[in-house]
Amino acid sequence: MKKALLVLALGAALVGVAQADTLKKIKDTGSVTMGVRESSGALSYTLGDGKYVGYHVEICQKVLGDVQKQLGLSKLDIKYLPVTSQNRVPLVQNGTVDIECGSTTNNMTRAKDVAFAVTTYVEEVRIAVKADSGITSIAQLNGKTVATTTGTTSVQLLRKHERANGVDFKEVLGKDHADSFLLLESGRADAFVMDGQILAGNIAKSRNPAGFKIVGEVLSVEPIAIMVRKDDPAFKKAVDDSIKGLMKSGEIAKLYDKWFTQPIPPTNTKVGLPATAATKDAWANPNDKPVEEYAKK
Amino acid sequence: MASWDWQLYCTDMVTEEVAPKCFGAPGYETYLDAMIHGWGWTMFVSVVGLLVALVAGSLIGVLRTVPNRKLAMFGESWTELFRNIPLIVQVFIWYHVVPRLFPVLDLPPTILVVIAIGLFTSARVAEQVKAGILTLPKGQRYAGQALGLTLPQTYRHVLLPMAFRIVIPPLTSESMNIVKNSAVAFAVSVPELAQFALQASEQSSFVQIFLPVTLLYFVSAYAINRVAKGIEWYVRVPGILGAK
Repeated sequence: MKKALLVLALGAALVGVAQADTLKKIKDTGSVTMGVRESSGALSYTLGDGKYVGYHVEICQKVLGDVQKQLGLSKLDIKYLPVTSQNRVPLVQNGTVDIECGSTTNNMTRAKDVAFAVTTYVEEVRIAVKADSGITSIAQLNGKTVATTTGTTSVQLLRKHERANGVDFKEVLGKDHADSFLLLESGRADAFVMDGQILAGNIAKSRNPAGFKIVGEVLSVEPIAIMVRKDDPAFKKAVDDSIKGLMKSGEIAKLYDKWFTQPIPPTNTKVGLPATAATKDAWANPNDKPVEEYAKK
Repeated sequence: MASWDWQLYCTDMVTEEVAPKCFGAPGYETYLDAMIHGWGWTMFVSVVGLLVALVAGSLIGVLRTVPNRKLAMFGESWTELFRNIPLIVQVFIWYHVVPRLFPVLDLPPTILVVIAIGLFTSARVAEQVKAGILTLPKGQRYAGQALGLTLPQTYRHVLLPMAFRIVIPPLTSESMNIVKNSAVAFAVSVPELAQFALQASEQSSFVQIFLPVTLLYFVSAYAINRVAKGIEWYVRVPGILGAK
């Protein structure tokens, strides 16, 4: 009985070590699990049949290639596991997912449970208007109707700006992004405030992409990063070093262009969102600062 | 389960600060303020929609029972048209299609939703009013006309007073349905209770937002039920339809 307990305890200790040391786990099992998203814009999405692609997915594949070299493995089996906004943090925490490559904002609340690699994409909340509207800044929205999507942080952000700047606009909430864009397209709203990537995607998919423009101040900045387990400095360093290598060689800019300015599968449409100054800044000065530190500036 | 945070309702939706007053503090918009505001829109859409439904529905219901074939046909077509298309599709047609075809009807979204819900429900009201009139023995109509009353007079003084009393119970259900159906207004960006629930719950807690919202819907529909019961009691005719 005592012996059995000892074996159990030993086994538990081994599992514990394996979980805290991702590199060892990868080496021992010859496989790694990548957390991906079903539809997070061009960052991470599915083509169906268990195939996952996107800017972050491709970065992760390169990172894992480097990890494989570092560990001297002849073969590394990458398993893809779709995650959601609700389960991504717990799945990384409990060891089901080793590296999450989706669209997770690096913030201080999450940093209590997980670690983030250096920021690879910076999302900016912007304003989309009709190209012929003459609107170029938020101040010009005074008295106008502004659309955004129900259930997003942009609603709060928009109201905050309204109060802080003393602008008075009529807010109208679409039930989803497509609906909010339709409000703008049909003239029921004069502007649509949302993440730049979503605005660009909707404009690209519209009937007349030239008829819309993304203008004005950046209302908010959010660093989006690849997520790994907390308290595993060796694996985080391996991931960070690999990403920094991509940044230094300029390869990351090429990857970005491939996913955000060139036609992408499955429909071969373009997102049409060139890298922003904030994103380029994150590549030039690699860092893993949370969103709270961006807000201070 | 997380503990229930009463202070949430007194918290500003934008700054997440606690307001000095839970309701109507100047310069603040607490969760409670926003919920009451959303409920106000729900009730506006429901009550005005109900008025449209009752007026149009009664008229159409009566037309369907008159001897004039053309008028009766018009009433029948109206009922079938609005009864056989899903409500959400009708709302979209009024919101997206009608203003494009007829620029005169480019009205505020709230009005378009009221029209859509009102006319959808009018078909159902018409069906009930017609049923109420047909329930009455044919002799009543003939008796009225034998007395020398014109057709409108027969309806006004003989048929409708009893027909409406008969259909109060199904009309009550219809009136309660309109409160619940008003949630489709969310799909065309009317800032009513369902929209509030989706936005506020995303910002705070699903349980703490959806439970009171559910309760508000229940209370609103039940209040209509009680008012209708009161009317039914007030207009009862002793000895008829089970009234004492």
